[in-house]
Amino acid sequence: MKKKKESFFKLISQKPWEASQAILDNEHDGKTLAVSKAKLGVRTIMVVSTVIFSLFVVSYSDRMLIHDWRSLSEPWLLWINTVILILTSVIFHRTKVLAENNKFEKTKNSLLVVGFLTFAFITGQLLVWQHFVNLGQYASINPANAFFYVLTALHGLHILGGLYFWAKVTTQLFKDNYNISKIKQNIELCAIYWHFLLIVWFILFGLMLAT
Amino acid sequence: MDEEYNNKIETKAADSSSGSYVPPADNIPASEIPEQELYHAKSFWTRWVFSQDAKVIGVQYALTATAVGLIGLVLSWGMRLQLGFPETFSFLGPATYYQSVTMHGMIMVVYLLTALFLGGFGNYLIPLMVGARDMVFPYLNMVSFWMFLVAVLVLISSFFVPGGPTGAGWTLYPPQAILPGTPGSEMGIVLMLVSLSLFVIGFTMGGLNYVITVLQARTRGMTLMRMPLTIWGIFTATVLALLAFPALLVACIMMTLDNLLGTSFFMPEIFTMGEQLGTTGGSPILFQHLFWFFGHPEVYIVALPAFGIVSDLISVHARKNIFGYRMMVWAIVIIGALSFVVWAHHMYVSGMNPYFGFFFATTTLIIAVPTAIKVYNWVLTLWRGNIHLTIPMLFSLGFIVTFVNGGITGLFLGNVIIDIPLSDTYFVVAHFHMVMGIAPLMVIFGAIYHWFPLISGRHLNQTLGKIHFWISFIGAYAIYFPMHYLGFIGVPRRYYEMYDSPYMTSGVGLNQFITVAALIVGFTQILFLYNIAHSAFYGEKSEKNPWKANSLEWHTPEMPPVHGNFGKELPVVYRWPYDFSVPGIDREYIPQHISPSEVPTAKVEKT
Repeated sequence: MKKKKESFFKLISQKPWEASQAILDNEHDGKTLAVSKAKLGVRTIMVVSTVIFSLFVVSYSDRMLIHDWRSLSEPWLLWINTVILILTSVIFHRTKVLAENNKFEKTKNSLLVVGFLTFAFITGQLLVWQHFVNLGQYASINPANAFFYVLTALHGLHILGGLYFWAKVTTQLFKDNYNISKIKQNIELCAIYWHFLLIVWFILFGLMLAT
Repeated sequence: MDEEYNNKIETKAADSSSGSYVPPADNIPASEIPEQELYHAKSFWTRWVFSQDAKVIGVQYALTATAVGLIGLVLSWGMRLQLGFPETFSFLGPATYYQSVTMHGMIMVVYLLTALFLGGFGNYLIPLMVGARDMVFPYLNMVSFWMFLVAVLVLISSFFVPGGPTGAGWTLYPPQAILPGTPGSEMGIVLMLVSLSLFVIGFTMGGLNYVITVLQARTRGMTLMRMPLTIWGIFTATVLALLAFPALLVACIMMTLDNLLGTSFFMPEIFTMGEQLGTTGGSPILFQHLFWFFGHPEVYIVALPAFGIVSDLISVHARKNIFGYRMMVWAIVIIGALSFVVWAHHMYVSGMNPYFGFFFATTTLIIAVPTAIKVYNWVLTLWRGNIHLTIPMLFSLGFIVTFVNGGITGLFLGNVIIDIPLSDTYFVVAHFHMVMGIAPLMVIFGAIYHWFPLISGRHLNQTLGKIHFWISFIGAYAIYFPMHYLGFIGVPRRYYEMYDSPYMTSGVGLNQFITVAALIVGFTQILFLYNIAHSAFYGEKSEKNPWKANSLEWHTPEMPPVHGNFGKELPVVYRWPYDFSVPGIDREYIPQHISPSEVPTAKVEKT
């Protein structure tokens, strides 16, 4: 297989009209990067999400400079949720390794654990919301509160989106009607997405702790 | 690069230097990408309504965008009637006027131009031009269109809610956008924000398809630098959109919460009627930054596909290889990159640090360099070309002139010191309508006349087309040239009425003239729509490849292309799409899939 890692800048300096380049170009197989379409899709989604969260972080940093900002005190429950999310990511990684080694029976159980833990995380986040609401810390009280609700909600929505694909993979696996290389890839992509959301959560949680 | 290739180049070079060039045997690379599993529609509904075929989705996008664009057109008539003949029409109160301004702007920029270029042309042309059977994620592509349709319906529904649509101006600046007193501050603004959010989510799904299809699903032999410039334009614009629309989404989410939950992301402390509202400390400038971080790339999201398409139209209809293809690609990429560092030139009067303005003025003026390169290249492509004055060519020429016009006023507005007196006057209105209204529309019209035979198998009526071109072209200048003058004498934009203001002593007649011109141009577009509807069924049948173009979309086994685009075998590409009038052979053009052995005597064209 040919190398496909030529840099973008090298690619756009080719001279397609020259005979020597034409010989190379006629060998071209039509792919720019050596990754699968699905993987590139997940990566693109992660880039777009990164832009969204970055803009929120920038807005957060801008808004907190104004005098009416009153920081929230993070409840201990958020730490538990963080631990749950870390655990989910670790187990998802293990699931991926299991699938790679064709241990599909174990993979099934492992995927279920991942799903359970993820739901636990979301429930935990909702409990944190309830905790704040009980304290009277509504979104309109203070911009710090508003950002807390928005960022956790957005992160939660991303996780729910991930769970949709998790559910698809899991049902495929349990119906025993799948293409082995495809299911491996799907599990891998879900795992990547979960790691991504863990990193996003570290950044958001870190930001809220630090301010 | 491995040994084998180097050897090949050397042998090749030796061959050509000895003067007796023997064409190499055609080398068909092995298909490393397995053929795509193609979704097959089983019923009328899945074939034409919930279709996963990019061509059908493209047409759906285009029709929806045109329908909502017509609403935008009618709204502009409302505005013009009020400005040209104030106190004449009782149905045009201040609220209706502001609602028309707002909805006209948002509809035209986002729901018409963006959707038509990327959703319409992107969907139809990308798979055909890169030699793919369909987009890489057809299901997602279908969802993308339906999200767009829902976004449009939500937007339209705001006309029917209490208070009507928002009248905050298309920039939706807080705090006024959500304060009582602005028309539509009850439901209209919420529906607008929800609609925009849906549009962004739907677009992201489509954009994912466009980018990955271009990157990973091209046919064999189609390198990035053999792609038609149309694809380069749409591809780069999609990348911009994927990175810029999140800013709009973020702004929309925060403003929705400010409105519904009473948070103060953007809402400062406000006293109204002697009472303090509940908000504190929010920053309206933050919204402006977010909005324009989306808003400026948006200009290029509309312009880059236009640049790409017009390059192809000029090349095909002047029977000449595009001048400086590589430079054209680089210009598209550089403009795309620069478009992310110029946004604050929309905010020179927002009270920002002067050095900040200095920075943004510099970056803004730098964009003129790649843009000027493109204009020179178009002109040089025409130079000594075999120019066919077909309707697409007329529109392309119209585009070049209009774009230069709008671009040059942009140079003035890009300088802080000139922008400050001209800011929020009709000079700005004239500038952006020329550069991102009329210019891209010229390309859209040209592209429709060019590709209509491909889509429907029939030609549009030529006479109607010529009438359409000349009235639209001359009419556009009749509308927007006088606006520059109005701006110079200081007429502010967005004002409902100027009453007896001394600004308007010389502007009254001009405003009436503009209004009449706008009405005429508007009605001509209805002629154009009639032409499309009529020709789609009764038009003159087109032969295959009527413009003798090289790119793959014209070389499908059937025209219009059927499901799956290409027959049993995907075409293999051996050249770029600009081999027109190549010396050394008896054919006038060489399509992309013609192998070297079929045209052994073709010489390399100097570019």
